[in-house]
Amino acid sequence: MTELEAKLRTELLTGMVRIRRFEERCVELYSASKIRGFMHLYIGEEAVAAGLLRALGPEDAVVSTYREHGLALARGLGMDVLLAEMFGKRTGCSRGRGGSMHIFDASRRFYGGNAIVGGGLPLAVGLALADRMRDRPAVTACLFGDGAVAEGEFHECMNLAALWRLPVMFCCENNRYAMGTALSREHAETDLALRASSYGMRSWAVDGMDVELVADAARRAADTVRAGAGPCFLELRTYRFRAHSLYDPDRYRDKAEIERWKERDPITQLAARMRADGQLDDTVLAEIDADVAAELDRAVAAAEEAPLEPVEDLTRHVYADRG
Amino acid sequence: MKTTYREAMREAIRDALTTDERVFLMGEDVGRYGGCFGVSLGLLEEFGPERVRDTPLSESAFVGAGIGAAMAGMRPIVEIMTVNFSMLALDQILNNAATLRHMSGGQLGVPLVIRMTTGAGRQLAAQHSHSLEGWYAHIPGLRVLAPATIEDARGMLPSALDDPDPVLIFEHGSLYNMAGELADDAGPVDIDRAAIRRHGRDLTLITYGGTLPTALAAADELAVDGVHAEVIDLRSLRPLDEHTVLESVATTHRAVIVDEGWRSGSLAAEVSARIAEQALYELDAPVRRVCSAEVPMPYAKHLEDAALPQVADIVVAGRAVTG
Repeated sequence: MTELEAKLRTELLTGMVRIRRFEERCVELYSASKIRGFMHLYIGEEAVAAGLLRALGPEDAVVSTYREHGLALARGLGMDVLLAEMFGKRTGCSRGRGGSMHIFDASRRFYGGNAIVGGGLPLAVGLALADRMRDRPAVTACLFGDGAVAEGEFHECMNLAALWRLPVMFCCENNRYAMGTALSREHAETDLALRASSYGMRSWAVDGMDVELVADAARRAADTVRAGAGPCFLELRTYRFRAHSLYDPDRYRDKAEIERWKERDPITQLAARMRADGQLDDTVLAEIDADVAAELDRAVAAAEEAPLEPVEDLTRHVYADRG
Repeated sequence: MKTTYREAMREAIRDALTTDERVFLMGEDVGRYGGCFGVSLGLLEEFGPERVRDTPLSESAFVGAGIGAAMAGMRPIVEIMTVNFSMLALDQILNNAATLRHMSGGQLGVPLVIRMTTGAGRQLAAQHSHSLEGWYAHIPGLRVLAPATIEDARGMLPSALDDPDPVLIFEHGSLYNMAGELADDAGPVDIDRAAIRRHGRDLTLITYGGTLPTALAAADELAVDGVHAEVIDLRSLRPLDEHTVLESVATTHRAVIVDEGWRSGSLAAEVSARIAEQALYELDAPVRRVCSAEVPMPYAKHLEDAALPQVADIVVAGRAVTG
């Protein structure tokens, strides 16, 4: 194990801890009515965001879903712009017009924050098409859940991207539930990678609870796509520990099932491996936690203090500003 | 020069492809087939398959791909065969094209042009004949255009491509063969204002798109009886140039709105409401509407004729408000 690999592990761990603590704080803020609307938590799925987005550079694009806080953080957006957005403040990334489900950052090519299941896939195809037509060597990572695989837009886009050999990494975050509907109650064939391969693209199923496996698979997939092999499909088998959203009483899952998946918590798995290899001790872990907590405190304070978007600007940004 | 509506539209596309390398045309059968209404005939041979792209029958995927490509710096022209088929892409048009700028707090823009055929009159029955542009005109974030003349067929597309926001262009199927003169130096036209196509002092006929020739024919007939109708071509359905309408009504004091859409919840209803809100005391007679019968469009010629606004219907309405 080289020093470089140890450093990578620390970064992966820190990335996951940042997401976990951020989401935990979001729950508190939601309970305190600072955040409203629908909010979908990423707790349990952190390995996907932290592992996957390491394979991308600034020239690449990301399209994601309404469960996107973790992906936004992994893409480099600050906790401050995310929280300010959820507080409905002017300093939010979408100036209070998007909320939890619509996080965007054009400068980081982070294209949402899409809350129509399957609706982001055509955008990813178009982003990749533009990059190809302009000879930009970029890859578009398109994230969606297992529920999207049942949508017509999914199949239209798999076909179109494969037909035109576009540089898209289709990344299915298979957390086994489309809201409250279990995979086996929604799909006639539950092997999603197998179905993707029917479109003539390379596809892999990956243990989405193991951040190192995710990072390896993502690098391999991105290299393949960048080399011009056309799109590929990654099925990231993961699990959300919390309910679908904060409105969800979670009646459709067996509590024992949730506990079984928690035994494979991506953060404790990696931490244990690092401890075994002598790369992590309580001091380092405490430092990571303290840094993240401080970052969160600063972001919450900034969001609290930030001004609201003036109501006079309500109809701004419906069309481009003119004049 | 002598030309047709179809050729004027083709010339507009050809000119855009020639002068702006970001422009490309994409849709079902736009390439090898030449467009299902022949608009793009010859363009594949001239510009090649990268810029004149035949797509699979996947309206949602290729409209959404147009949105994605537009966000990434291209200026796509997407053709949908008919407005009825655009329902398959409604998610992308409504939930993405119209919302992304606002939902992202002004970070993103979608400079996309979507062209589609609309309207009845060719015995194509209930899945190829409807006039749903009024629905689209309901949606903030979109611009909706209806070229009714050869000059507008030539000039609206370049103006739409210059617009930083999504623009929908509705081409009425009965207009493609319309022949007439076009100035040799014809180019972009204003897309904000309505146009007065015939001046008159006795009543205002307000219409757009495929029913403009019908309204003009009705005005000819009314003139025989000494009733001089002013004919307004709305041209842009969103934004709606109410100023031109209200100014005309202030001089004629009578208004008849001709709209191939169904009466209930129609664009004609919107125009009527604006007249009622802002010019009620100018009126010497109640506003009248001539719309399509509220049936899915029937196939048989005599039934289709009975369902559509005809010259005789407009003449009856014109006489009623002036009588």
